[in-house]
Amino acid sequence: MKKLMKGNEALGEGAIQAGCGAYFGYPITPQNELTEYMSRRMLEEKRVFIQSESELAAINMVFGASVAGARAMTSSSSPGVSLKQEGLSYMAGCELPGLVVNVQRGGPGLGNISGSQADYFQAVKGGGHGDYHLIVLTPGSVQEMYEMPALAFTLSEKYRTPAMILTDGILAQMQEPMEQVKIDSSRAGDRDWILDGCKGREPRKIRSLLMEEGALEAHNLHLQAKYDMIRKQEQRYQLINEQAEIMLVAYGISARVCYTAMQEANKKGSQIGLLRPLTVWPFPEKILQELAPKIKAFLVIELNAGQMIEDVKLAVNGKTPVHFYGRSGGGCVTPGEILREIEKI
Amino acid sequence: MKKLFFKPESLTDTDHKYCSGCGHGIVHRLVAEVIDELGIREKTIGIAPVGCAVFAYDYWNFDVTEASHGRPPAVATGIKRFLPDRVVFTYQGDGDLAAIGMAETIHAANRGENITVIFINNAIYGMTTGQMAPTSLLGMKTTTSPFGRDAKLAGYPIRVGELLATLEGTTYLARCAVDSAKHVLEAKKAIKKAFEVQLAEKGYSLVEILSQCPPNWKMSVPESLEYVRKEMMTQFPLGVIKDKTKV
Repeated sequence: MKKLMKGNEALGEGAIQAGCGAYFGYPITPQNELTEYMSRRMLEEKRVFIQSESELAAINMVFGASVAGARAMTSSSSPGVSLKQEGLSYMAGCELPGLVVNVQRGGPGLGNISGSQADYFQAVKGGGHGDYHLIVLTPGSVQEMYEMPALAFTLSEKYRTPAMILTDGILAQMQEPMEQVKIDSSRAGDRDWILDGCKGREPRKIRSLLMEEGALEAHNLHLQAKYDMIRKQEQRYQLINEQAEIMLVAYGISARVCYTAMQEANKKGSQIGLLRPLTVWPFPEKILQELAPKIKAFLVIELNAGQMIEDVKLAVNGKTPVHFYGRSGGGCVTPGEILREIEKI
Repeated sequence: MKKLFFKPESLTDTDHKYCSGCGHGIVHRLVAEVIDELGIREKTIGIAPVGCAVFAYDYWNFDVTEASHGRPPAVATGIKRFLPDRVVFTYQGDGDLAAIGMAETIHAANRGENITVIFINNAIYGMTTGQMAPTSLLGMKTTTSPFGRDAKLAGYPIRVGELLATLEGTTYLARCAVDSAKHVLEAKKAIKKAFEVQLAEKGYSLVEILSQCPPNWKMSVPESLEYVRKEMMTQFPLGVIKDKTKV
């Protein structure tokens, strides 16, 4: 049976159904409904909920709960996610799983509270200090907001690296009919690194400080090998109309607008397709490489001044023209604007 | 024949990197002795700080995680809330606890987190070679207060125990020193009490330990001990600051 749910709340319920054992959050618009939802539901489920004193504290509580073996998560919006970068870098270095949700709003600085996709670079290029990546998932509907936490937890545990759900204020605030499908909450990956007291085993240490000659380089090579594995195995996307002449590339709310524009254009006889990355790290470069020789042009649509277009260009590697249209600072693209851009090509 | 002095099981054989005269090694041992005596080594999770004690995980023979600078109370909160029947403690210096991590410290204390905090106050940033700390005494010369700490420029040394005592969430707060055998024994008693408070699920406990840092204070070891006694103890008086278990 379908029910009407808000994006933020669907994400919260999806995380709970996925076995989230500990949630830590700090108020910031436009993700407040998620923290509020968790404050009630986590206690009902007898799980850990804390409204932390800051986003710094929240991500470090996630660090602690993850060390102790919990499926742990936090959520915030852009300025707050900047504060979490320290903790994310440490989690990547210590190889700890965990989930961070970024309900993006306009920036830079305090920006505004409208939906945005301006934190793409921060999300997919590491974000904090050091050579690392997060696994970054991008839901495109309230249904996917509900289903993606389970995938995020699973990938995060499988590869022992933090994951992010990168969404925006529009998807998080809108209500849509969705189905509370059954969610698999089984844990992935081994658990022989968790700190729960050394009863019957050798003590374990969790650390990212590696001062011995060559130790950090060896550790980083290990991390990079892991990231290569993720690149090989976990590129996810949705491809509509493979035979298209012009391929729109967009994720999240932009992809929703692109879908409408694509349908309108195709009704009038155009051959427009849509490639929607479900993971923006690893970026779905394989499918872009396959599509590049077959199509006339790519048109990348983003709610920023042009960020994901860099990854599209890297994948296409000059074989096909890559165009861009975006709105920044909380403005949202419309189907009409996208149709105009298509006509220009 | 009865063995009276031996290495606690909770200490590893790893050589310390601490300077001669430093108090850290003494406090590491006291923590290890207390954990052995309470029989909690196999259910204890320690949190090592950023600072001189950053390698503490190499010295303790139980589960230990690192934490970023100032965040041990948040990390401890995450662990303890998920595993409430384990013993969780942080080991932090003055820069970690009272400067960059003051917000985490105050809020963990205010929530009454059932954790134990071992707080080393040597009035200086040791690992980074001697900068002014939030607990540096007025007039104290450091590499970032070359003319001596001036209240007009840098405020006053913070009395952490007294500050936290105003919070209803704190249960046991004490200040000790490791400048003499007598004070070392008192410090051990306070550390044991702090862990017992946690085991009894009575809430937040913190033991502040005045420690000497001869190289960064530019003093000989005996001079540094005198400095602890004459100057540090004047600013930071020893004793139990708060004990709600007695109320």
